[in-house]
Amino acid sequence: MKNNLKYLLVGIAFGIVFVKAEVISWFRIQEMFRLQSFHMFGVIGSAIAVGMLSVWLIKKFNIKTINGETITFTPKTFNKGQIYGGLIFGFGWAITGACPGPLFAQIGTGATVISITLISAIGGTWVYGRFKDKLPH
Amino acid sequence: MSILEFIKQPWPWYVAGPLIGMTVPILLLIGNKAFGISSSLRHICAACIPAKIPFFQYDWKKEAWNLFFVAGIFSGGFIAASLLVNPSTIVLNPKLITELSGYGITDYHAMVPAQLFNWSSLFTLRGLIMMVGGGFLVGFGTRYAGGCTSGHAIMGISTLQWPSLVATCCFMAGGFIMANFILPYILLLS
Repeated sequence: MKNNLKYLLVGIAFGIVFVKAEVISWFRIQEMFRLQSFHMFGVIGSAIAVGMLSVWLIKKFNIKTINGETITFTPKTFNKGQIYGGLIFGFGWAITGACPGPLFAQIGTGATVISITLISAIGGTWVYGRFKDKLPH
Repeated sequence: MSILEFIKQPWPWYVAGPLIGMTVPILLLIGNKAFGISSSLRHICAACIPAKIPFFQYDWKKEAWNLFFVAGIFSGGFIAASLLVNPSTIVLNPKLITELSGYGITDYHAMVPAQLFNWSSLFTLRGLIMMVGGGFLVGFGTRYAGGCTSGHAIMGISTLQWPSLVATCCFMAGGFIMANFILPYILLLS
């Protein structure tokens, strides 16, 4: 519990950035998918650039965690789920104007009805788990 | 301009993007954790509705950090919306405003358009499709794809995982198809 509080703090900072940069705005997501604004592309692109640079630095200088552990990376393997699931997620992203992180932040801003969207997303995850073996991967 | 006034303005992409990107090294450095948010939905299933499904039979408590992280995102949303709220309305491309006004969407005050997403419209066809259907697609799709924008687009591409690049391109393609070719018809429903 105590050990996990630091993740709560990182989450709080992250949620504030989400709201202040309007990343959780349904309108901004519509602008992005209609290619009417550079804003979201700039956010995602610069986030990836900073992430990539920091991972490169961690690997290059073999930087350890604050507890002295070696940082590990798990390689991802390709399966067709990344295509089918990716498209399905994209549909949902454009309808709701939110990916999983923003859903939590949107509820926090007072849009209580989004809790229904979150419950439905949890339901979608459950249905995937239930029928995983029957889906093409 | 005071610091608080400065913070209350909307933050430009070149401030927000790098801050979001910093989450990747912060989570790695403080606990060797891979950035990803959609896994939280799986952990909630494993904790609350496991139903003897192998996909949910794992020790979710070991992944509890992720639930603290999303609880933080919720709290961050609350703090920003109550203490750091932008006094003016969002500045959008006029083309979008013209298009949306055709569907009766005229209120740009909140992050989530109140005219689309509200409790009384939940039981209309449009509301059901957008809130319940949209949420389902988000949850089902991210798990099927093995991650969302954070896990694939940011963490995955940052660590040069080409499957994540494929997933990210599909996220964008799906969003593009929905927003331009399908959502306009959904918005016409009542």
